[in-house]
Amino acid sequence: MITTLAIMALGAIVLGAALGYASIRFRVEGDPLVEKIEAILPQTQCGQCGYPGCKPYAAAISSGEADINLCPPGGLDGVRKLADLLGREVKPLEAEEKPKQVAIIDERTCIGCTLCIQACPVDAIVGAAKQMHTIIEPLCTGCELCVKPCPVECITMQPITENLDNWKWKYPVIEIKRAA
Amino acid sequence: MLRRLFNFKGGVKPQTYKAPSVQAPIGLAPVPSRLFVPLHQNIGGVPNPLVEVGEQVLKGQLIGGADGWVSAAVHAPTSGVVLAIEKHVAAHPSGLPTLTVVIEADGRDQWMTRTPVDHRSLAPERVREILRDAGVVGLGGAVFPSHAKLTAAKAVAMDELVINGAECEPFMTCDDLLMRERAEEIVRGSTIFRDLLGARRVLIGIEDNKPEAVAAMQEAVRRLAVDYEVVAVPTRYPAGGAKQLIRVLTGKEVPASKRSTELGVQCFNVATVYTAYRALAHGEPVISRIVTLTGNVLQPRNWEVRLGTPLRDFAALGQPKADTSNYLMGGPMMGFEVPSLDAPVVKATNCLIAGSPALFPPSPPEMPCIRCGACADACPHELQPFELYWFSRARNFGKTQEYHIFDCIECGCCSYVCPSHIPLVQYFRFAKSEIWAREREKNAADAAKARFELRNARDEREKAEKAERLAKAAAARTAEKKAAAAEAGAAGADAPPSRPASPADPVAAAPALDAEAIKKATIVAAMERARAQRAAVQPRNTDQLTAEQQKEVAAVEARRAASPAETAPPAQPVVVREGEPDQP
Repeated sequence: MITTLAIMALGAIVLGAALGYASIRFRVEGDPLVEKIEAILPQTQCGQCGYPGCKPYAAAISSGEADINLCPPGGLDGVRKLADLLGREVKPLEAEEKPKQVAIIDERTCIGCTLCIQACPVDAIVGAAKQMHTIIEPLCTGCELCVKPCPVECITMQPITENLDNWKWKYPVIEIKRAA
Repeated sequence: MLRRLFNFKGGVKPQTYKAPSVQAPIGLAPVPSRLFVPLHQNIGGVPNPLVEVGEQVLKGQLIGGADGWVSAAVHAPTSGVVLAIEKHVAAHPSGLPTLTVVIEADGRDQWMTRTPVDHRSLAPERVREILRDAGVVGLGGAVFPSHAKLTAAKAVAMDELVINGAECEPFMTCDDLLMRERAEEIVRGSTIFRDLLGARRVLIGIEDNKPEAVAAMQEAVRRLAVDYEVVAVPTRYPAGGAKQLIRVLTGKEVPASKRSTELGVQCFNVATVYTAYRALAHGEPVISRIVTLTGNVLQPRNWEVRLGTPLRDFAALGQPKADTSNYLMGGPMMGFEVPSLDAPVVKATNCLIAGSPALFPPSPPEMPCIRCGACADACPHELQPFELYWFSRARNFGKTQEYHIFDCIECGCCSYVCPSHIPLVQYFRFAKSEIWAREREKNAADAAKARFELRNARDEREKAEKAERLAKAAAARTAEKKAAAAEAGAAGADAPPSRPASPADPVAAAPALDAEAIKKATIVAAMERARAQRAAVQPRNTDQLTAEQQKEVAAVEARRAASPAETAPPAQPVVVREGEPDQP
């Protein structure tokens, strides 16, 4: 009886020590879940979720503070991926899903106030004070943050149309008429 | 000459339908009144337009310059005037527009000055450049810039150069006719490529259903007294795939992760070799190609067509029958339905097939996959199309990549044999383009994130710098205030008659006075230094003046001196450097 207890106690001590050591030795810096969530988010840094960027939103999701359906640029597809990762229920998006957009500056109207340059979270606008500004289209994430600050309303959001570079083969659809 | 041939797995034997279009020799298609030459006719960089609207161009003149190394130039197919450089429907399954140079032919068809060169007298790099600027690309349909394939691997000796005349697609006969009629040029072109690559042997592979082409090529090889081997390979689709032909002729299997040059083999289409020869030995860039026009037409034939000829004009040459419903560009296995006949003939156009409901009956409805494995048997790349189909259909793209979807050459063998009539290749194309799109999005997101973080770091840094600057300025101000107070204190101490110092502690006051006096002296000295520095800095804009300007300045100074001094005191030159705290 005593032997049994001793063996169990010894086992518990040894395993406890091993686990304790491992938790110190293999400690992970930072929260890996936040990084995984952030990798799914579209990195538009638009703040439409109510957080000042994708990383804060990822941290908020990870801590259970925010829901997973607050990211309109990520779309329903993003919600699905987050639900998959976190084992949560897929929910419809809070806001309306929009097609991918790009900001366009009307260069004739631009007065060169640099307000949009300061607003752009991803440095996609070039220009200088009292010089015309323009958007580097491939770098624009379509976050719309530059639209509001413009005092002359010369920035418009335009949906990205299909062109030969982003054209995709479509999912083969069998017409019902033909199949019937 | 007997040579051991190897086998590749899978493949199919569709009916060839090649006979109708080989009856007549290659015809010269008339030059249309308007040509639409797309700038992007190659894999890789989009050539930059080098002409302007309204400019007169000559036949063969460069109109689009290669952009980067993997790119190829574009030339005017005939002489005329550039009407526009605009978006025009592309010869692409999407039917989307692409930047196109529209040329109105002037009917003179006048060549620019052509400068033939001998490739042996030039450095290989120069020859590759000439080929790039002549727009030589793979004319088998892939349109990969040929010069970029003409560099041998450093570690591996180039054993074999494979010239691909297999032409395994049904209906297509453009390479067959080219070999029959222009065999000698092809052999001479092969010599150029052999010299550039330093290949030991040249193997010309032709499917054995083209005996006339084999005979013509053998005859040309004999006439030119070269030791190239013309090999008839068994007819089986897709024997004309580069990897398949290399396997058949050399027994080497090119793995997915490697290029064929790493195994000492390189493969070129016969038409590519022919255009390379014309480009070097005749100085003629690629402005036309041979296209098979066949299918539901009265006059099936091969034509030498100027690039940029609208498909409508070209199709009319074959007199399509009344029930023609659609057109295919490329063969029936790998080609696509032409979205609009306004699209032009491009370098990738090897065949145009007029279709009719009788010739290509609509495919029966798709049935469920029964996992019979027929597609896996037919796949020449030893993939498992039924698994790929399952995962593509479910949009499980990670799994499709695990099953090597990117090794699929979209040859269409699996769709051809499928008893359930599943358009397998369409599913694979869909999956591939989705994966590419996601990759692009992911890269864009990563780049955006990096820029966002950089920007945040920059903001932080600027904020910190500003705070530091303000702190420094505040410190300077307090120091100055203290100094002023000390000065006042010292003034008070220096005037004993008006305010006698406390007689109680003259000993304690004296050292304090002393310390303050020292501080005051240093401050005065520093101010003096600063003033001297400021005086030393002269305004720069009067350094290099012409005699005339100096005279003018002198006149102004004189005027200023003459005017009453009290209204305009001579202004001190003030130099404020950025970053310095404002002087109080």
